[in-house]
Amino acid sequence: MKAPSFAYAKPQTLAEVFDLLERLGDGAKLLAGGQSLIPSLNMRLSSPALLIDITGVPGLGGIKVDGDTVRIGALATHAEIERSPEIARRLPLLAQAVKQVAHVAIRNAGTFGGSIALADPAAEYPAVCVALDATFVLASRKGERRVDARQFFKGIYATDLKPGEVLVAGELAAAGAGYRSAFLELARRVGDYVIVGLAAHAKVGGGKLADVRLAFLGAGDRPLLAASAAKAVEGKAYGPDAVKAAQDALAKDLAPPADLYHSAATKLHLARVLTGRALAALAA
Amino acid sequence: MEHIVQTTLILNGVAVTRSIPARQHLVDFLREEMGLTGSHVGCEHGVCGACTLRVDGKIVRGCLMLAVQANGRKVDTIEGLSDSGELAELQRAFHEHNALQCGFCTPGMLLAAQDLVASRPQATRDEIRDHLSGNYCRCTGYHAIVDAVEEVVVARRGGKK
Amino acid sequence: MNARAELPLHAPGTQVDKGYIGESVPRPQAKRLLQGRGAYTDDLRFPRLAHVVFFRSPHAHARIKRLDLVKAGKAPGVIGVFDGRAVAEYCSPWIAVLGHLKGIKSPPQHALAIDRACWQGEPVAAVVAETRAQAEDALQLVEAEWEPLPAVIDMDEALEGKRVIHPDLGDNICFKRELDTGGVDEAFAKADVVVEESYGFGRHTGVCLEGRAILADYNAAEHTLTVYHATQAPHMMQDIFSRHLNIPEANVRVIAKDVGGSYGIKVHVYADEMATAALSVMLRRPVKFLADRLESFVSDIHAREHKVKVRLACTKQGEILAFDLWDLTAIGPYSVYPRTSGIEGNQVVNLTGGPYKHKQYRAKMQVVFTNKNVTCQYRAVGHPIAVALTEGIVDLAAAKLGMDPAEFRRKNLIPDDAYPYTFASGIKFEKLSHHKTLGRLLELMDYQKLRAEQASLRKQGVHRGIGLAAMIEVTNPSPAFYGVGGARISAQDGATIRLDPTGMITVLCSVTEQGQGAEGVFAQIAASAVGVTIDKVRLTTGDTGVTPYGGGTWASRGAGIGGEAVLQAGRALRSNILDIAAVVLNMDKAELDIVGNEVVNKLTLESKLPLAELGRIAYFRPDTLPPKFQSELTVTRHYTPREYGFTFTNGIQASYVEVDSDTGFVKLLKHWCVEDCGTVINPMLVDEQIRGGIVQGIGAALFEECLYDAEGQLLNGNMADYLVPMAAEMPDIVCAHVETPTKQSELGAKGAGEAGTAGAPGAVMNAINDALAPFGARVTAQPFTPERILQALRKV
Repeated sequence: MKAPSFAYAKPQTLAEVFDLLERLGDGAKLLAGGQSLIPSLNMRLSSPALLIDITGVPGLGGIKVDGDTVRIGALATHAEIERSPEIARRLPLLAQAVKQVAHVAIRNAGTFGGSIALADPAAEYPAVCVALDATFVLASRKGERRVDARQFFKGIYATDLKPGEVLVAGELAAAGAGYRSAFLELARRVGDYVIVGLAAHAKVGGGKLADVRLAFLGAGDRPLLAASAAKAVEGKAYGPDAVKAAQDALAKDLAPPADLYHSAATKLHLARVLTGRALAALAA
Repeated sequence: MEHIVQTTLILNGVAVTRSIPARQHLVDFLREEMGLTGSHVGCEHGVCGACTLRVDGKIVRGCLMLAVQANGRKVDTIEGLSDSGELAELQRAFHEHNALQCGFCTPGMLLAAQDLVASRPQATRDEIRDHLSGNYCRCTGYHAIVDAVEEVVVARRGGKK
Repeated sequence: MNARAELPLHAPGTQVDKGYIGESVPRPQAKRLLQGRGAYTDDLRFPRLAHVVFFRSPHAHARIKRLDLVKAGKAPGVIGVFDGRAVAEYCSPWIAVLGHLKGIKSPPQHALAIDRACWQGEPVAAVVAETRAQAEDALQLVEAEWEPLPAVIDMDEALEGKRVIHPDLGDNICFKRELDTGGVDEAFAKADVVVEESYGFGRHTGVCLEGRAILADYNAAEHTLTVYHATQAPHMMQDIFSRHLNIPEANVRVIAKDVGGSYGIKVHVYADEMATAALSVMLRRPVKFLADRLESFVSDIHAREHKVKVRLACTKQGEILAFDLWDLTAIGPYSVYPRTSGIEGNQVVNLTGGPYKHKQYRAKMQVVFTNKNVTCQYRAVGHPIAVALTEGIVDLAAAKLGMDPAEFRRKNLIPDDAYPYTFASGIKFEKLSHHKTLGRLLELMDYQKLRAEQASLRKQGVHRGIGLAAMIEVTNPSPAFYGVGGARISAQDGATIRLDPTGMITVLCSVTEQGQGAEGVFAQIAASAVGVTIDKVRLTTGDTGVTPYGGGTWASRGAGIGGEAVLQAGRALRSNILDIAAVVLNMDKAELDIVGNEVVNKLTLESKLPLAELGRIAYFRPDTLPPKFQSELTVTRHYTPREYGFTFTNGIQASYVEVDSDTGFVKLLKHWCVEDCGTVINPMLVDEQIRGGIVQGIGAALFEECLYDAEGQLLNGNMADYLVPMAAEMPDIVCAHVETPTKQSELGAKGAGEAGTAGAPGAVMNAINDALAPFGARVTAQPFTPERILQALRKV
């Protein structure tokens, strides 16, 4: 299908972006990589009056390390993240996750900011950011504000972004000493939207797990931190009992909706399986 | 009302300036305006890979990029990369292994394969399959395509299959 | 092992030289496709070309209360807007029934629905504009009011008939067939072992990468219509456009340029394509329609929605006594024109139990209308169902007897020396090679080693399975398939071969090319038959204005039927060339032959006259030839298979899988196919057809299903939600060939295009069930999604 007609602007500063957003309101959409926006336009799922291409605004890209924080610019592409030695060293969970994002051609164009702002519950980055307790930097005419990832995702395609705001970066704390990561997802084919996935991160030492974060994707209307499951293994020695405790507790954390091919029961079962496998990978 | 944006791109090595409707995606622009019908449209939702093109040296989905976003950028299509000879080894291998039947997926498949050959010289068969996992082929069953790409990868490494 | 056909390709008495037959020659025609320099229908440019899009019913079943096209008609770039009545003035409706399918019924179908829409996606109005984008913009301005009607979606409800879609027809049964050899109940009563199982087959579709494409160009001054059509059967379409648009047959020309895959999807008559042709006549300018991907899912034919129950009776020694089959299949609200939607179910009845020797067989099959998308023949037609249910129940019987599945098959496959053989369903086999192919397969896959590997891995909790599927495949059909029923579908084909002045040969053949390599195969045959090198051959196919009249490509008939016509024409041309050479050289024709582009002394192979020189003389200096001598360097020959209604081939496949019993995911480790399609003209092309067909079959077994809700809405009509096989999940596929040529032609080639798809789902199902056997679990409903496997394992 052919997209409906829209106007196109490519401002050179954030101030111009804010101007356009204020003037057009809901009638404007931000365009970065376009890997989610353009298919929806091609399928005539929306008809914005104006597309604001923000890829010309300086300062929104790049991957910078500042002490223990890695700052990922909104316009950093998946491919840049995949190739980044800084991310491989300091954010192994993200490095594992990015390999699962769609396919090479999509990764060359799609952006970090685009994925976060879209807030597809089946997407990889939101779950990683929730697991790692990331912070998002939002800019508007009024200045910048920071929002915790754990408060940012409100529902399917719904975030804390207010009208007139642009996501400009994500800040993630580098993995501390003794921390291990495991990113696992189940999809029918490489690059598909997940059936269910798990971004797991914990401190592992002396056979015990601590500060366990289990963030699920594809298990609800937003990335979900399985607090009960994590609590069930917190401070415990890794072993079959701990795994079973976590798997049993999962029903308190997750009530995954069915999708076209999998019932809610199947998704919960698969989430349990991933929990077991992730814990094994962390403890290995 | 159609919104037109004047756009200049380097297309197969030649600067081209056109007035393009903002809503037209890159592969439609190439096919309709520039007569470069070698890149194909298969789904327009970025899944099948038939529209795979190279922009600024990287493979992208031509249906997921607005033509106006190509402003100031370098676009290479199957025609240009054929004429430059860059795809010659792969094209010969595809031909000899019969790694195509109807040919509709082939331009996109060749661009994806070339990306692998250039960036993953140690690729195994599984890695080849993984790299091509975003290009749908209904005719061949993929086996011959993997054979052809493997042959080129191995030859470039100096080995024999 | 590879028994090659002996092919006397020269005139009798000359040396036998197979030329290119049997060689894996890369296809010359592939070169342009490799450079993106093909010419698919959407690549063509025409002055004043208009684009049509269709307003399609959003409801599965609804009366059209009001259709207002006025606003749409005023949108920028719009040339015209049309409803069903307007198009009906130019295009008559059709009814898809055939005389040999007794009792088949279907209501008339129009190009655009009038008064009532019967499936979600049925075209109801047309908007024609300068560009596709403008037409789509205008489409959003069409106003429609609907009165939703009860939709019949479930096939059992359709059969029950409380709600009848077409009241005039009385019930929802399009076609039914019963077959009974007699003695079935007795066989089951006396059998030591009776097994029974029910299988489900999910409705799915072709997903050709090139969407359906048609560009109709009407010339009002001449009352001629040229249609550039991505179709497999141009002559069939020529006849249909002629009759339904009321244009004399010879005034209609159908040209199939490069086609981006079809697999049967593009051999049927589509309402929106007929509308497009009518619109060109109405508007007196070229009109193009492309089915985009979203449209394709709701308008390309679907196929293979079946529920079956099968019983098998056998002795305790493992000898099969009888099959008993019940099959219910759901089609759309219309039987599809002109081949009908009754053929798929009919094939299931014909083919169940096909490879096995047993005398008793009973089948009861019904085809019901539903308010879902129309269905019709798609690659391998009923074979995937017949093979899966047969091979599934055979495995179940073997398991019950504690017998190895390969051994059980060996006991029951029709012996290789039992031919000709008439099967229980009445079909006749000329000569098959089930035992040879089974033996070769077990050797190729190292069956015993895999069994040992499976056993040892099971102890470590790794669950692998091996599945076999033996099959027979319908190829090279005679008029028994369609012609006898009254369809104007040709079962014969022709080839014209011409020697051009520079010594090149041009071949025109009525069989068409969609990438499988028909043209490559014809080039090999023509070069071999005439005696030229393959670089001297040029081909044209797919143009009714140029080629002889024929059937086109379907039912795996291209190489066997078209190839034979090319062979005969080539041999006749060789003879005519030698006639000229004889008079030019003043020698006996019997002393001469053609080798490598030259007329040579047959015995010494000394070059006597290059063909280029012969061409120069024949065309430009006939004054130098004897007064009464006329050169005839263009020859046409036709071929029809006559002895057998269908030329059957046979094959056997194996799938090796690993099932993750925690997640229900299936990993395809490897796949094998040993297949006998008679003379193999190009092994590489045959392998490709087999592999592509296997992957399509795997798609149906694991991934593909058109999912409808209770209201008849298609839920997954896009490439993200409808899952087609991609490279990363597919296995390597090993192919081998056995050659039992058919004696119905000199070439001896049978067909190979559909065998892969016929056997793959059965092989994969059997492999999964073999892997699940230690759990006492079985899966029987395709596609075998992780959820279905987890349910079988009682984990969810």
